[in-house]
Amino acid sequence: MPEFKRPHALTDAYLHYCPGCTHGIVHRLVAEVIDEMGIENDTIGVCPVGCSVMAYDYFNCDMIEASHGRSPAVATGVKRGNPDKFVFTYQGDGDLAAIGTAETIHAATRGENITVIFINNTTYGMTGGQMAPTTLPGQITQTTPYGRDTSEAGFPVKVCEILSQIDGVALAERVTVIDPANIKKAKAAIRKAFEFQKKKQGFSLVEVLSTCPTNWGMTPVQALERVKTDMIPYYPLGVYKEGAVRNKEEA
Amino acid sequence: MAEKSLMKGNEALAEAAIRAGCKCFFGYPITPQTEISAYLSKRMPKVGGTFLQAESEVAAINMVYGCAGSGIRCMTSSSSPGISLKAEGISYIAGADLPCVIIDVVRGGPGLGGIQPSQADYWQITKGLAHGDFHVLVYAPSSVQEMADMVAKAFDMADEYRMPAIILADGLLGQMMEPVEFADEEIKMSDASNKPWAANGHKGQRKHNIINSLYLQPQELEDKVVERFKRYEDIKANHTMAVADYCDDADIVVVAYGSTARLAKSAVDAARKEGLKVGMFRPVTLWPFPEKELQEATKNAKKILTVEMSMGQMIHDVKLAVNCSKPVEFYGRTGGIIPAPADILKKIKEMGGNK
Amino acid sequence: MTNEFLLAGFGGQGILFAGKLLAYVGLYAGKEVSWLPSYGPEMRGGTCNCSVTVSDDPIGSPLILEPSELMVMNTPSFDKFIGTVKAGGMAFIDSTLVDGTSDRTDIKCFYIPATQLAADNGLKGMANIILTGKILKEIGLDDMAVIEKALQKVIPPKKANLLDANLNALKLGMNA
Repeated sequence: MPEFKRPHALTDAYLHYCPGCTHGIVHRLVAEVIDEMGIENDTIGVCPVGCSVMAYDYFNCDMIEASHGRSPAVATGVKRGNPDKFVFTYQGDGDLAAIGTAETIHAATRGENITVIFINNTTYGMTGGQMAPTTLPGQITQTTPYGRDTSEAGFPVKVCEILSQIDGVALAERVTVIDPANIKKAKAAIRKAFEFQKKKQGFSLVEVLSTCPTNWGMTPVQALERVKTDMIPYYPLGVYKEGAVRNKEEA
Repeated sequence: MAEKSLMKGNEALAEAAIRAGCKCFFGYPITPQTEISAYLSKRMPKVGGTFLQAESEVAAINMVYGCAGSGIRCMTSSSSPGISLKAEGISYIAGADLPCVIIDVVRGGPGLGGIQPSQADYWQITKGLAHGDFHVLVYAPSSVQEMADMVAKAFDMADEYRMPAIILADGLLGQMMEPVEFADEEIKMSDASNKPWAANGHKGQRKHNIINSLYLQPQELEDKVVERFKRYEDIKANHTMAVADYCDDADIVVVAYGSTARLAKSAVDAARKEGLKVGMFRPVTLWPFPEKELQEATKNAKKILTVEMSMGQMIHDVKLAVNCSKPVEFYGRTGGIIPAPADILKKIKEMGGNK
Repeated sequence: MTNEFLLAGFGGQGILFAGKLLAYVGLYAGKEVSWLPSYGPEMRGGTCNCSVTVSDDPIGSPLILEPSELMVMNTPSFDKFIGTVKAGGMAFIDSTLVDGTSDRTDIKCFYIPATQLAADNGLKGMANIILTGKILKEIGLDDMAVIEKALQKVIPPKKANLLDANLNALKLGMNA
């Protein structure tokens, strides 16, 4: 029987995330994959600006803290200097799909051999719940107090759908972590993403529909329920693009 | 030594970077520095390095941040408007104590400005590069050979003091060709072997390294900044560079850097031919500014003339260095106009240069 | 001894190339040299000029405002620069392309139909080299071994087959 314990790739530090936030689950999944692939010694993680800004204290591999939105560029720099190491970024929706849109799209178009873990919780968590690029139509946030009015504030950004059009992308998959079945699927997607990177087969991104009970004004259970009722219909789960863009294995 | 050949300043910089072990270059096209990218895009793949054209200046400097953070010698280059875009990244690089080299081939500004040579980035580069308490090393070459020589110097100093180093050139130096020679040495790309702080995979040999500039506890942040400023003091005490010519008996000392120093030197040579007692002082490091050297060079002077391709930016450092103890006058052209040696000479004569 | 050359014409006439050749001849003759192009948004067809200094002494300003030797290959450049030549200097004018002559008596003007000469001798596109040959002859930098070495250096490997034609153009200019 395998023993349930903290993955080695996670440090002993207490996570600062709010109760009911799913960052902790996703951190754990990334760490489990790093452990299972035995790659912690050769992995460099890049963390964003946002709630996971201090993820460098939580992962046991070498870590770099990037400026807001620039993680894919920073990861590119690490990877180009060290093509045989594993490099992943861990980014939220404001970081990845607003201020860092250009860096995301272009790392993808280059087919950078990096893995991006993208946390979509439809809000800017760290600054107190403002409208994010992924905020749903009608959603109330601190800066959309009457609900996101798409005629004024535009429409949500669908990251996996956009990336599915980009030739450099080896994997664009949307998952969630609201229940054990989905958590297992999420882990499998993250593993797949790192495997693409291992084989140098292109850019891989896993979008994780996540919760922010604090800024949503919900209990953790209500927040998980909202993912199911509001988010998944707008952001359907599934694989949007999958397949090596280079170094394809012989059939 | 190999035979000298003619190279553009921009190309000499690029070749010198490779010879200094620069393994990765991240750039974005902008006149008048694009030859650096063009040269490295040809050369890097042949020597096992990486050339990458980034999607923006912002991305390029952040690629440098990541690459430098992993312990690899790397570089980016741009011209004035592009440096403004890189400012945020440079602040993070300084805040995370990472070494790298950044080239600024200055053009006229503000805004889109022009593409002709200028020195109007002096304040930006030496004083207000980006947010926060920090400095960067600033080198101002004035010939193509110096452009080449300073790259290795900049990388070495950046590594030693763990901070960004900037080579401040201008369109004139970047575009002109002069003879240049490189030492015949085997090209060896850098690795992180002397950088125990690098985030390049801990191999199970050490605790994980963190490259970071975030310190939420004020005391922690103050300590960090104060420690950095102690390093700056060491640099100020030991690593200023300047060149002084005919200053000992000079009544007027002309101060100019970079390509303007060559124009000023032509004027000073002409003045000396006419028997005028005029000296020439050229700061080579702009940060730290060579204050002691300037004090020494002007100790017998009655007046100082600062010549710049701007409305007068370095002049403030000149005044501070001599503690406003003697008149400091200014002659400059801006907007991409190069000051003519004859006009500098005229200004010297107006200031009463005596035989 | 210092020669300050200003070469001017349209982009595409080989102004920068001629300047590079002059600079390499100077370099291989053991002198200090600098080469500075005008640069701008214009590419082919725009005006183009280049400053070359060849000197026994270290070079101060690489920018030449008052050339001792001027080479011009179009009328606008002739009009713009002929007045800037230093007294006692020389001007080398492609008279096929430049309308008019200078009334200056303090400089020596050579009117050479370089473009026509090039066409007549199967050296199309080498008017710049013909003029350069004349300049080298007049200033006495005419050691053929040095010139040939410089030509070999400046002609890109892809165009190595044009070496002989360039040499012919140079000689044609030297004897013009």
